[in-house]
This record gives sequence, structure tokens and C-alpha cells, in this order.
Amino acid sequence: MKDMQSVDVLEPYTERQIQYHDGSERALLLKDEEVPFPEGKLIVSRTNLEGMITHGNYSFVEMSGYEEEELMGMPHCVLRHPDMPSAAFKDLWSTLQRQEKWHGYVKNLRKDGRYYWVYATVIPNIRHNETVSYTSVRRKPSRSKIDECIQLYAQMIQEENQT
Amino acid sequence: MKYTMTVSPDFPLDHIAGWYIFNTWLQVKLGINIHLELYDNFDLQREAIERGEIDIIYANPFDASMLIREKGFTAIVKPHARADEVVIAAAIDSSIEAIEDLNPETRLAKTNDPDVNMIGMIMLEPANLNAKNIIEEQVDTHILIAKRIFSGHADIGFFLKDSYDSLSQFVRSQLQVLVSSQIDDITHTLLIGPNAKDLQEEIQSILLNMQDLEKGQGVLDSMGIKSWDIQTQEDAEFMIDLMDTLVD
Repeated sequence: MKDMQSVDVLEPYTERQIQYHDGSERALLLKDEEVPFPEGKLIVSRTNLEGMITHGNYSFVEMSGYEEEELMGMPHCVLRHPDMPSAAFKDLWSTLQRQEKWHGYVKNLRKDGRYYWVYATVIPNIRHNETVSYTSVRRKPSRSKIDECIQLYAQMIQEENQT
Repeated sequence: MKYTMTVSPDFPLDHIAGWYIFNTWLQVKLGINIHLELYDNFDLQREAIERGEIDIIYANPFDASMLIREKGFTAIVKPHARADEVVIAAAIDSSIEAIEDLNPETRLAKTNDPDVNMIGMIMLEPANLNAKNIIEEQVDTHILIAKRIFSGHADIGFFLKDSYDSLSQFVRSQLQVLVSSQIDDITHTLLIGPNAKDLQEEIQSILLNMQDLEKGQGVLDSMGIKSWDIQTQEDAEFMIDLMDTLVD
């Protein structure tokens, strides 16, 4: 995945490196600025079994900061913010592999380095008893739940870094 | 053979005549007998579905999910550019100006429309409200929801957006919209049951061209529908997947 580009992110920003589950790395440019979840909307996307984006509704594209053409075929983890603990995504994938529904509060990273919080639900799309893809629907989370997650995730990341 | 068609009970009341006209029009086009049975509420309609009495149904997304996955119905068309959206409203003079202003023990007036109630509850989540910490009252119609708000018996109400928009100007002037959903992907769908499967292709073909057929546009207008768009089975499955993510 391409590193984030300074041309896309207004200064000031912080530079960070993120390592994904497959060992690949990406340079991130992060801004400490939240984009509010759009009122009354749902952010909907779908990926194939490898986690590549195959569909996104207007809100998904708009909130990501990317163009739709850029997003299609990209790994969904392009939206992963380094403030999210790895354990959350491990739990997501193991839940989906059991063909069960996963819920969680997620901090997502935009192309412009800003972030947005969502309450995400991901389900396996099952056709004739086989999982053929995954659908993720995000809705507006409550501020108090976000505040709880900020603390919890920071603690989880600290523990992950120690091991 | 005689077939039975029904319509989700949440359609606007001023379109009742339109559905009868549509049924007559469709019978003429197909050259078959179709009986239109309208139910006063969702429970009565679901009992008829359980008894296997329904062959053609204009279903709300919630029921479409059950009909396709459990009863073997097939989706054929959906109304053009007409998603099921929900409005949460409070009294115009209420101190509540946003969803986040709502507190536990908020009094909610709603109908028994499952889609509206599901989407409405999702839009209350940012205020940490759920079925356990609000006080709900169920009424029969959207106008009764407005009345419960005017009389001070309810703080907020859930409205199907179409129904909210069809309230009189005076009624709407007494309400304020706290939030209006813009989900787009959730719509009513016309479904064909297993007993009417032979009619599926012919009905789909007629409806997709309905606006160009004799009297077709007038019939569509009477139902408040501009035209029909194709709804493939995968389109319907996608909508059901989406609905699944919204149900805990």
C-alpha cells in the first residue's frame, strides 16, 4: 500500500509508521482533528474474502477522503488508524471466520490524515452456506462510548507494545 | 388459478385506491385473477403469510428479509428513487434541539412499523438511548404520533419520512425534525411467492415498462411511485445483509 502523501495532508501533522497483519508497512501522516459522523447516515462497504474493497456507498467514499476509483480494490486496512489495537482486528477476523457478526467502536483514518469514529457492524455474506464476501455498516456512536474506547484502546496498545 | 396480492400496511393511506387500480390494471395485462387483500396491521399480514395465502407482496425491507430467506419469495422490482427513510421529530417549542439532548426516560411515540422503529432506534444510539431506558408508546398511525407530541404525552416520535412529508403543513409547522435518515439502500420491494413463480418474468417485464404502457403512468401516479427499477435477487440479498447488520 502506498505511503500517505504530504500533498494530501495539511500541516501540521505527525509522522508514524504502521505495520499490518501481513508484515507490510506504511508511512502515515496524522492530524489530531476529528471529522464528525454525518447525521442520519450509514457508512456501508463490502469487501471480498481477502479484505479488498469491492463496494462503498456515497457516505463511505465521502468520509474516507479518497476518490471512489482509488478505494475500489484497495485493502480495507487503508482506513486503519494506528490508535486502534491489533487485537480488535484479530477479534473481528476470527469472529467473521466463525460466520458470526462482529460489533465494535472503530477510529478510522482518512486520506487527509484526519479521523472519524464509528460504531461498526461487520457480517459475512453467506450464499448457499458459504461466505462469499463481507459487509460492514457503520453508524454514529455515542460520545461517551468513544471516550471509553479512547482510554481502553490506548491501554491495549501499550500492552501490545510490551509483549 | 387465483392469486392473492398484498401491500405492506405502512403505505400512505391516500394510496389505498391506487393499489386497487394497480391490481385491476395488472389483472388486465396478465389476463389472470388477482385478489388484493389489504391488512390493517403487520400482525394480521404476517399470519396470512404464515398460512401461505400470499403470492405477490409489496413488502417492507424487514418482511422482505423473512420472505426471501425463509419463505422462498423472489424480489423482482423496487420503486424508483424511493428509499425508506425515517424522521425523528419533537414539538417545535421543545427544549430538545438535537438527538444528543435526549436523556433516559425520554417518552417515544411510534407505530408498529418494524423498519421505521429499527432505523429510529439506531438514530437514538448517539444519545445512549435504547429500548431499556426509554418509555415507548405504540399508536396506530403517524398522525396519532404527532398528536401525542402536541399534547405533551410524548417527547419525540418516529415517522416514516413519506408519512411525515404527507402530514399537513399546519401539523408539520408544530414539529421540529431532530434527524432525518439518509440511508438510501433500504427500500420496499415487490416479491413473488413460490406459488406464483411462473408469473415472475412476465410481471417483471410488464412493470419495468409500466410507465410506457397504456394507462401505466396514471396508475403509478395513483400509488405515489414514479416507475419501477429492477431488483435482482443479489440486490435483495445485499439489502438483507445490510438489515442484518442493524439488528442485534
